[in-house]
Amino acid sequence: MTLLYPLQSLAAHPPRLSPAYRSTVKRSPQKPLIPIRQTLSELTGPVYGHETVREHDHDLTIQHKGEPLGERIIVHGHVLDEDGRGVPNTLVELWQANACGRYVHVVDQHPAPLDPNFTGAGRAQTDASGYYRFVTIKPGAYPWGNHHNAWRPAHIHFSVFGHSFVSRLVTQMYFPGDPLFPFDPIFNSVTDEKARARMISSFDLENTQPEWALCYRFNIVLRGRNATPMENKQ
Amino acid sequence: MSEQRPEGITPSQTVGPYFKYGLTPNGEYAWNDAFTNNLITPDVSGERIRVEGTVFDGDGVPVPDCMLEIWQADAQGRFSDPQDARALPNSSFKGFGRVGTDAKGGYVFDTIKPGQVPDPDGKPQAPHILLAVYARGMLLHLYTRIYFDDEAANASDPVLALVPEERRTTLIAKRKAGAANPAYTLDIHLQGDNETVFFEV
Ligand SMILES: [Fe+2]
Repeated sequence: MTLLYPLQSLAAHPPRLSPAYRSTVKRSPQKPLIPIRQTLSELTGPVYGHETVREHDHDLTIQHKGEPLGERIIVHGHVLDEDGRGVPNTLVELWQANACGRYVHVVDQHPAPLDPNFTGAGRAQTDASGYYRFVTIKPGAYPWGNHHNAWRPAHIHFSVFGHSFVSRLVTQMYFPGDPLFPFDPIFNSVTDEKARARMISSFDLENTQPEWALCYRFNIVLRGRNATPMENKQ
Repeated sequence: MSEQRPEGITPSQTVGPYFKYGLTPNGEYAWNDAFTNNLITPDVSGERIRVEGTVFDGDGVPVPDCMLEIWQADAQGRFSDPQDARALPNSSFKGFGRVGTDAKGGYVFDTIKPGQVPDPDGKPQAPHILLAVYARGMLLHLYTRIYFDDEAANASDPVLALVPEERRTTLIAKRKAGAANPAYTLDIHLQGDNETVFFEV
């Protein structure tokens, strides 16, 4: 099955130059992008088997000797295309700060404690219906120096593949009701309110596990609709 | 399974400054790499090559927190993906690689020279590698292509033909003289006079 990838779908993305997020000023192109046709190169993408994802890679709370501190949560959902079809067997990667808002990355010098029992990286492969599931710790908000008193709302970074190299998506999942939303230039770089809302997970009481963990649902919608047979010209 | 048709795609957000331990740990963190910058598998056929360069921002400053991903055909011009109906199951070559730039903004990929891939009209494209660029300060990744300066097919490539001639050099990796194994250099300029040609696709 090969999908078409209409360019109109890209309107949901933030503009690359978004001056309130200061680092975009020197890292966004000033010349117009050149439109090209989607060829086999763009319409195909990496296929990986189970060797990429190990049995416990989806559970960030059991990667070390002890249990990490913080609020244990389940994050799950479907990876979908624009027609709402699940994207099967696709790789979902995740990375995040710990419960205190500190990343293990050496460059992160936020004076909040590291947790020896938490790295903050995970990966999963969607099942035949496009479903994925992680167990992790709710990340904390953290300061980032973009402007006076700048704090990122709590978020989890996601990297998803989909059916082709042009369906590739890197995004961030937010938590419902975060008071920092109005003040965050990265979240608000997405100018359409409905599109912004698609980055916010929903609290999932039904799948919250009694006496164990709250659950959040985050569906990820990738480019692509209208399956068509791929032309096979040599 | 899904309750309703989605209203649109999930918007992109930056990889931020801290992706390394999750996406390109390279032995420096307690996490394994799903992908590396070495695409060469023992059984792969074709010419083994190295592609390297530096990523610069609009001030000409190297970008040390950049991630690059490549996707390419094998030496026969076939993709390791069942969506390419011409795929040959004759190699474990995957065609996908990922690397984080080093402290000086540098990157290296070890791979094989791709073969020619047809365009939608069946016209051969010159050998090329797709490149996606991600970084802190980039809210949405950029797509470009890597071509090779020793390929005569560049002259008739339908994608290069869309690029103003004076900017084509930003897409064409230069073969290094004197290297023991074939090596090509291509710098990426996110902005500025030598700005790399990026594609809307
Ligand atoms: Fe972050």
